[in-house]
Amino acid sequence: MASYSTNEFKGGLKIMIDGDPCSIIENEFVKPGKGQAFNRVKIRNLMTGRVIERTFKSGESVEAADVMEMDMQYLYSDGEFWHFMDNDTFEQVSADAKAVGDAAKWLKEQDICTVTLWNGSPIIVEPPNFVILTITETDPGLKGDTSGGGGKPATLETGAVVRVPLFVQIGEVIKVDTRSGEYVSRAKED
Amino acid sequence: MTSTGNWQPTASLDRLRARANLLDDIRGFFRQAGVLEVETPACSVFATTDPALDCMTSSYTGPGAADGRALYLHTSPEFPMKRLLAAGSGAIYQICKVFRDGEAGRLHNPEFTLLEWYRPGFDHHLLMDEVERMVCSLLDGNCETERSSYGEVFDKYLALDPHRATADELRQCALQQQVPGAESIELPGRDAWLDLLMSHCIEPQLGRNGLCFVYDYPASQASLACIRHDDPPVAERFELYMDGLELANGFHELADAAEQRKRFERDLEKRAESGKPMVPMDEHLLAALENGLPPCAGVALGIDRLLMRLTGASHLDEVLAFPLDRA
Repeated sequence: MASYSTNEFKGGLKIMIDGDPCSIIENEFVKPGKGQAFNRVKIRNLMTGRVIERTFKSGESVEAADVMEMDMQYLYSDGEFWHFMDNDTFEQVSADAKAVGDAAKWLKEQDICTVTLWNGSPIIVEPPNFVILTITETDPGLKGDTSGGGGKPATLETGAVVRVPLFVQIGEVIKVDTRSGEYVSRAKED
Repeated sequence: MTSTGNWQPTASLDRLRARANLLDDIRGFFRQAGVLEVETPACSVFATTDPALDCMTSSYTGPGAADGRALYLHTSPEFPMKRLLAAGSGAIYQICKVFRDGEAGRLHNPEFTLLEWYRPGFDHHLLMDEVERMVCSLLDGNCETERSSYGEVFDKYLALDPHRATADELRQCALQQQVPGAESIELPGRDAWLDLLMSHCIEPQLGRNGLCFVYDYPASQASLACIRHDDPPVAERFELYMDGLELANGFHELADAAEQRKRFERDLEKRAESGKPMVPMDEHLLAALENGLPPCAGVALGIDRLLMRLTGASHLDEVLAFPLDRA
């Protein structure tokens, strides 16, 4: 089993804690002048997303987590699983609802997502930072209002609901920032 | 390795000027106090045996050492300075770079600047008085100071007797204090648990309003300090904290050569047990102690950390021209 010594600790390193894969956020070396040295680390549990702190004795070894982040193309959902493909090897993986989480509402077929794999299985799916989606439902709004002030909710083809300016209509294509869930601009579908 | 920008110093030029001023002020303080500035070798054929410290190594090849000679970079100038004291130097101080393997982080750089000084005729309390005078003079006299024994700070912050609690009681305390990961960490004994509690639960609260001296450590953490045979026995050692940061460590110095040899041997046993490299104990120091070290107290103060506190820096890199990554 691969392992890391505390001397290898740094932000982004993936280690196993209590049976879950975790990612180191912060690593602080703590040592009294004449005494035992410790590494105090802040880690994100990749399964739960929770941030926890841990203290290790310096020099200790910790089991490495076989975690990889890969760019993969979203293919389709069969209702239970979301299927992704590595465009280089054409290898496919299927992610369950827990792994996809909130990303589901942004997933559009053929978009490239970041999929985090643990022992080869997806545990986290991140949508692209920006997605181009068609509006399927929104109030007609006031004709001629181009101020953009106020805004109204609009439902997108993937099911996500975002606030859009009043002048944007059903059937139009818009660009959305998935990190904030905010409308960016009108877009042309390519 | 991208090197763009890495040629530049991490400290601002203002902080580098503050460093120069600090060194000036310190030299001024000792000139007035009649303490002699000395220099001793940074490289020695002998090493510190302290299991908590690891020497960086180097070697010399040339006249007098055709096949090369292993050299240890000093972790503090303590041993040769004591040889000067035994030779009759009187009060001395030194400002030098010291080297410690395995130490890098927000508050550590493997090479750093230490101010170390010795006062014949002082015990650790008299030396604390002088450390206080010196640091307060650097703060323009504006500092509050408190002094508590190691036992008192553990009692105050953790309601625990650090001299008598068992390793298991210390572990229970760490769990109660919710030290993260305390349930799974395995430590080699009482002292390591004390270090965990001290560094995680107590230190951050020491010297919040100025300076805090902690003195009379457990005899098991004596290092090179005299042990006073009270009940329980305590090591006449002190540390200085300023706003949660450990700045200095001092001893009422052990002068007994036989006891010193025993401690070196015990250190080496501990090193062997924990798989650390074996190192040669300083025979020059032992010979000097046999010849007679005047009763004295000594202290080592981290200049870089003091500069952090004086200039409001939160990372050591902010006061170093070139930390390890850029060295």
